Amino acid sequence: MRTVAILFRRELASYFATPLAYVFILIFLVLAAAFTFYLGSFYERGQADLAPFFNFHPWLYLFLIPAISMRLWAEERKSGSIELLMTQPLTLAQAVVAKFLAAWAFAGLALALTFPIWITVNWLGSPDNGAIIAGYVGSLLMAGGFLAIGSCMSALTRNQVIAFISAVVVCFAFLLAGFPLVLDAFRGWAPGVVVDAIAQLSFLTHFEALSKGVLDLRDLLYFGLTITFFLIATAIVLDVRKSQ
Amino acid sequence: MIETTDLTRRYGALTAVDGISFRVEPGEVLGFLGPNGAGKSTTMRMLAGFIAPTSGTARICGHDVERDPLAAKRCLGYLPEGAPSYGEMSVRGFLGFIADLRGLEGNTRRLRLDYVIERLQLGQVLEQSIETLSKGFRRRVGLAQAVVHDPPVLILDEPTDGLDPNQKHEVRGLIADMARDKLIVVSTHILEEVGAVCTRAIIIARGRIVADDTPQGLAARSRYHDAVSFALDDIGAVDGIRDSLAALPGVVAVEVQERERRLTALPREPGPALLAAVTDWAAQQRVTLRDLRLESGRLDDVFRSITA
Repeated sequence: MRTVAILFRRELASYFATPLAYVFILIFLVLAAAFTFYLGSFYERGQADLAPFFNFHPWLYLFLIPAISMRLWAEERKSGSIELLMTQPLTLAQAVVAKFLAAWAFAGLALALTFPIWITVNWLGSPDNGAIIAGYVGSLLMAGGFLAIGSCMSALTRNQVIAFISAVVVCFAFLLAGFPLVLDAFRGWAPGVVVDAIAQLSFLTHFEALSKGVLDLRDLLYFGLTITFFLIATAIVLDVRKSQ
Repeated sequence: MIETTDLTRRYGALTAVDGISFRVEPGEVLGFLGPNGAGKSTTMRMLAGFIAPTSGTARICGHDVERDPLAAKRCLGYLPEGAPSYGEMSVRGFLGFIADLRGLEGNTRRLRLDYVIERLQLGQVLEQSIETLSKGFRRRVGLAQAVVHDPPVLILDEPTDGLDPNQKHEVRGLIADMARDKLIVVSTHILEEVGAVCTRAIIIARGRIVADDTPQGLAARSRYHDAVSFALDDIGAVDGIRDSLAALPGVVAVEVQERERRLTALPREPGPALLAAVTDWAAQQRVTLRDLRLESGRLDDVFRSITA
């Protein structure tokens, strides 16, 4: 636990050691606001809720989260610092979890900084704040899912650009798993059970329920399991490839 | 104590390390020599627990690096090849981070950090980010992180690579200082370093140990061991002098380096007898010997002959 805390602190601080953190947060906030007000017609709808805000999070995350996750392991492998890290008295699991948590905390911070929109909607009307909290929880969980996928993609390569692009592609597939674009690729040959199972993997379906304010245990479990699965995959990939 | 048994590492069809067994005791400074790609770094990475052996075992202070990796890593200070670190961190922040990971706390932490900062002369760059430092400073930061927890076993992969002669001297001094109560393994391809810091040298070629000896023992394998060399004032008459010298019964061959006006007589058998024979011969032949030397052997010559 202590080791995870030490690694977590270093990782989180490393985001703020370069302009990366500030640029990322700025872009995230500007885009979140632009999507909400222009594409989401926040005012024109005349409803006191944050649906137009949360609806665009999956698409915002699709490109912004891989930008955080791409450096997680690819940079360590490229610079060789992974050799320094993994010869300290710590386990691979501790390193994978600590790095993931730091990235997640950073994404959470960017998400938390959207609080003015929550103040705005409360000032304009009287929204269901419980639903808004559920929306934030759902958004944070989805960010975690994307980050876990990105962590695994980053572990696969020494090249951050490849890590970014492959994370976007895999995240996109997960996002749209419930839609014809992905399902049609399987319908022709895979048994119906498999197609149904894939349809259940869609980030979008699980996030939509949460963003409407429905905190269903199954959705929480879904994101929890997705994160766990991809972090274990990250550890396995690193174990095999860390020295290459 | 480090002990390896049949340590082997394969990458696909390539066998990088092929059944290496050795044992090192505290107080020894083991030099790991070998051409590039011979398996030095792979061996050290297996000892440090960074890559797993394909077969065979390695133990650090009695802890198997595969079965009990954390205990083995706790006994160990490791400088990876190229001294990688986190470039965006300040020197102070980085060393503090490693000290925390090594479990140093309170007063011990402060004293150890002060010690390594002073010993490796990092005081003037403490607040600089590591990526802005020169190669020499980065190497010293890498050494500082390897020794900050005062480990009983130190593994240093090319610790003096990229340092200037003064810094090399400093690092060798540091190694010699620590050697009294520690076990140190250093890899290098700078042969003078072996004589300067090591009590023992292992030469690796194509993944196998081809020599395991003291630096003196290795030097004695050189054909220059106990050779006698001297310079001449005038290289003009060298042919005659060379033939006359080569005719001495104890001399097996004579080498001439024209630029330094130096002749080297290689002995037929080891021993100091040749020196007396050469001085007697010089008196008889009225040849003036400048800078007369009895050579102890040339490591680079031994290195080439057993690894080529």
